[in-house]
Amino acid sequence: MNAFQESEIGGESEMAKFAGTSRREFLRNSGRLLIGFQMLPFVCAAMDDKFTAHPVAGNGKSIDSWLQFDSEGILTVITGKMELGQGIRTALMQMAAEELNLQMDRVRIIVADTAQTQDERYTAGSGSIEGSGNSIRQAAAEARRALLKLAADHFNAVPEKLTVENGLIQYGAKSIAYQDLIKGKQLEMDVTGNAPLKQHTEYKLVGKGVARTDIAQMAAAQPYYIQDMRLPGMVHVRVLRPPVYGAKLVSLPRDEVLKLPGVSQLVVNGSFVAVVAADEYQCIKALRLLREKAQWSSPALSPLPAGLYDDILQKGTGTETVEEKSDVDKGLSGASVKLEAVYKRPYHIHGSIGPSCAIAEWKDGLLTIWSHSQGVYPLRRTISDLLNLPEGKIRIIGVPGSGCYGHNGADDVAGDAALMAMQVPGKPVRVQWMREDEHQWEPYGSAMVLRIKGGLDAERRVTAWQTEIWSDTHSTRPGGNAGHLLAGRDLEKSFSFKSGGFSGGSHRNSVPLYDFSAQKIILHNYKGPLRTSALRSLGAYANIFALESFMDELAFKAGKDPVAFRLAHLKDQRAKAVVALLVEKAGWRRDEVGKGGWRKGSKELSGEGFAFAQYKNNAAYCAVRAEVLIDPVKKTYKVTKLSSAIDAGQTINSTGVINQTAGGMIQAASWTMMEEVVYDQKGIVSTSWDKYPILRFAEVPHTEVFLLDRPELEPMGAGEAAQGPTAAAIANAIFHATGSRLREIPLLPEKIDWKKLS
Amino acid sequence: MAEIIDIKVNGKQHRVEADADMPLLYLLRNKLEMNGPKYGCGIEQCGSCMVLLNGKAMPSCVIPGSAAAEYEVVTLDGLARGGKLSIVQQAFIDEQAAQCGYCMNGMIMSATALLSENPKPSDAEIRQALNRVLCRCGTHTRIINAVKKAAAQMNGTQKEEKP
Ligand code: FES
Ligand code: FES
Repeated sequence: MNAFQESEIGGESEMAKFAGTSRREFLRNSGRLLIGFQMLPFVCAAMDDKFTAHPVAGNGKSIDSWLQFDSEGILTVITGKMELGQGIRTALMQMAAEELNLQMDRVRIIVADTAQTQDERYTAGSGSIEGSGNSIRQAAAEARRALLKLAADHFNAVPEKLTVENGLIQYGAKSIAYQDLIKGKQLEMDVTGNAPLKQHTEYKLVGKGVARTDIAQMAAAQPYYIQDMRLPGMVHVRVLRPPVYGAKLVSLPRDEVLKLPGVSQLVVNGSFVAVVAADEYQCIKALRLLREKAQWSSPALSPLPAGLYDDILQKGTGTETVEEKSDVDKGLSGASVKLEAVYKRPYHIHGSIGPSCAIAEWKDGLLTIWSHSQGVYPLRRTISDLLNLPEGKIRIIGVPGSGCYGHNGADDVAGDAALMAMQVPGKPVRVQWMREDEHQWEPYGSAMVLRIKGGLDAERRVTAWQTEIWSDTHSTRPGGNAGHLLAGRDLEKSFSFKSGGFSGGSHRNSVPLYDFSAQKIILHNYKGPLRTSALRSLGAYANIFALESFMDELAFKAGKDPVAFRLAHLKDQRAKAVVALLVEKAGWRRDEVGKGGWRKGSKELSGEGFAFAQYKNNAAYCAVRAEVLIDPVKKTYKVTKLSSAIDAGQTINSTGVINQTAGGMIQAASWTMMEEVVYDQKGIVSTSWDKYPILRFAEVPHTEVFLLDRPELEPMGAGEAAQGPTAAAIANAIFHATGSRLREIPLLPEKIDWKKLS
Repeated sequence: MAEIIDIKVNGKQHRVEADADMPLLYLLRNKLEMNGPKYGCGIEQCGSCMVLLNGKAMPSCVIPGSAAAEYEVVTLDGLARGGKLSIVQQAFIDEQAAQCGYCMNGMIMSATALLSENPKPSDAEIRQALNRVLCRCGTHTRIINAVKKAAAQMNGTQKEEKP
C-alpha cells in the first residue's frame, strides 16, 4: 500500500495547479493531515506519513475506520459513500460533529476512495444516512466516550463531571482539547455500538439546515467536478460507440483519422474503438470522422415502440409471487363493485446534465482511476475483471460529477478510461462522453406494465386487490462483472453480460401500505430491447403511479373523497400524519364547487390530485398534492404547483431533505408529463435534448415541501420518496380537472379526451 | 488550421493558439483553464456552457473562439471583484440553490445578464431568462428565489446609493 500511495503523490506545483492553492498553504489554513475533497477535490492521495500508516484504517469496526483526529483538533470523517449532489457530505459531518460537540468548521470529510475509505458498496437506495451515517454516529459516540474516559484519567475525575465544548473537555476551571488527549494517535478501539448517543433534545446541529460548503465552491467556479480535473500531461480520449446494441465493427477510416492534426493513437480492440489526442477538440473532430465513416454490421432492434407493451405482456417469463394475503379471487368475486385497469410507463433516461467522464492513469504498475461512480469498490472489482489486474493494483477515487440519479454512464466511462490508460502508459487519460453517448448508452429506467384489479364491498371499502407487474431488471450495476461495462462487451475477447436476477427493484413499493383484507402481488420478469438499470426509485416510480392512480379510481367509484378514502384504509399513524400535514398546509379541494375542477370565482379549469407512499414501505413517508391548470382552447395543461409533506424520521439536514424532495418532484413531473426514450430498429433516436425534451424553467411547477421532523426516531432515506407519488398526483389532478383518466406515461395532453370538456 | 487568437476574457487580454473552428467553450476550459462554463451538449440545447458576450448570456459551445474574439467575454470565473463574489453568486450560495450544481454556471450567467438589463424582473421574466438552461436535479424553485434575492439586493444597494 505504501508504494502505491507514494506513487500518486503529486508535486507541489501540480497540486497548486488544480487546486488553486499550494499544499503548504492548504495545510497551514486547514491544519489537516488527511486531505479530503472538502478543500482539494483532486489531490490524489493523502500523502503524509501519518496517513500512510493508516491505509483504509480498521475493517469498519474501529473508530478510526470512520473518524480521524489531527494534531490541531480537526476531525476528518471517512465515508465510503459518494457525494452525488444530495449533500451527503454535509449531513454526515453534522452527525459526527454533533456527537463529538464540535463546530462544523472543525470537521472535514473524505468520500469514496478505495485507498482511504471503507467498502460501503453503492451510494444508492437512499441508504447513506441509515448505513454510513449510522456507522459514523456510533463511531463518534464511541470516540466521545473514549475521550471522556481519557480526560477523566487526566484530571483524575469521573467522566460525569466533565463537559465538552467544541472539542474542549472541561473539568471545573481546567480543560484539555481532544487532540491533546490522544497526542497525535488515532482511536483504534472497536465501536461497540453501546456507547450512549446524545439525546435529540440536546442537538445543536442535527436537524438544522446547515449550509453545504461545496455550493460556494461551485458558485465561485472553483474546480469541483471530475470534468474540471486537469492533470499534467493529460491526453483526451473519445470512444466511438456502435450505432446500436450488439453491432460489430466492419471497417474504419484508420489512415484518414491518424492523419488528422493532433491525433496520436487510434485503438481498436474488436468493436471497441477509441481515439487519443492531446487536444480535446481535435479528439472530437476525429470522433466525428469516425462516426461518419465507420461501417458496422448492426442487428435490428425489436420490438419497436408500437409493439413494446404487447410484447411485454406476452413475453413476461416466470411468475414470482411477491405477496399474498388471504384469498384474492374470492374477495374479487364477492365484491359489489369491481374495477380493473392497466398502467404503463416507457423507458426513461437519467439525463445527467454533464455527460459521464473519467480519468485514469497507468503508472509504475498501478492504475489510478478518478470516477463519479456510485460504488468505488464494486467498480474496482469490475475493472480488475476487465483488465485481469489484481484489485490491489487499482485505486478508484471518487470525484463528484453531474447529478446521476442512479446508474448512468459513470461506471462505463471508467471502464473506457481504464482500458485506454493501459494503451497510453504513464499519462493521465481523460475520457469524456459526448451528450449523444449519454442519451444513447446509459442504462434506462425500464418500461413497465401494471394490471390492477380491485373490488369494493357494500361499505365501499376495498375488499381485494391484485397487482400484476411486468418489468425488465432495475439493476445491472457492474458489481465485479466486466460484461456489465459497455466496453467489456465490445472487446475482441468479450465479456458476457449476466443479468443478476434481482427482481426487488421491479416490485419495489408494489405492496400497498393500505389495510386491505386480501391482496396479491405478482411479478413477471421481462427481457426488453433496451439496456436498463437503476433509475432513482427503480420500479417504485411506476408501481406507486399505478397503485395511487387506482386508489383514486376506486375512490371515485366509491363516491368518496380521494384523501378521505385513503385515510379510511390507512392504519399506520405516521402515514396518516403525513397526509394530514399536507392537507393542512397545502389545502385540499377547498374551493371546489360542484363537479369537476371549476373553482369558485375562477374562469380557469383546474384540478387537484393527491397521492401517498412510504418509500420501499420502510423509508420516508411522502404525500404529494399536484395542481394542474387546463387550457381547453389550446388543448394543453400545465402542472402549476407541487406540494409535498415528508417524514424521513429524524431529520439530519432540513434544507437537504427539502432540496431533494422538491427536486424529486420536479424530476418526476418531467418524467411523467413528457419523457419517453424513442428508438427505431436502427437504434436510439432520442439522442439529444430536443429529441428527448425535459421540463424547462418556463414550465416547471412551483414547489413547496413541508417537513415532519421526528427527532426522536431513526433517520430514514428520503431522496427517492417523491418520485412515485408525484406521478400519481399529476394523473389524479388531470382526472379531477378533465374527467380523463390517463394511465400511460408520458401523460401527454393529446391523451386527454377533450370532447368531454366541450 | 491552428491560428493565433487574441481574445479578451474577464477583462484580461489573452493570446492563444487554437484551431480556428475550436468552440469558445474548449478554448476557455482547456486553453485558459476556466471552470465556469461547462460541457453539457455541445449544440446549444442545455445552457451549461453559458458565458456573457458583450453582456448578453450566450452558449459558448458552438461559436468558434476566433469569432468570439470580437466580443468582451465574461465567465463565471470572472464575476468576483477583488475576491468578493458577485451579488448573484452570493445569492445562489445563500439560498443553497444547487444539488449537483452542474447547471449553476448557466443559471448564474443567465441571471447576471437578466438583472443587468432588467433589475426588477417578474417571476415569468426570470423563468424566461433561465429557460435555455436545463437543471435535471429540479432545483428550480430555489434558483428562482436566488435570482429574486439578488434582484432585491441590487435594488436595495441602488436605493442606498441614491440619497
Ligand atoms: S453545452 Fe452549450 S448549450 Fe449545452
Ligand atoms: S443542480 Fe444538478 S443540474 Fe441543476
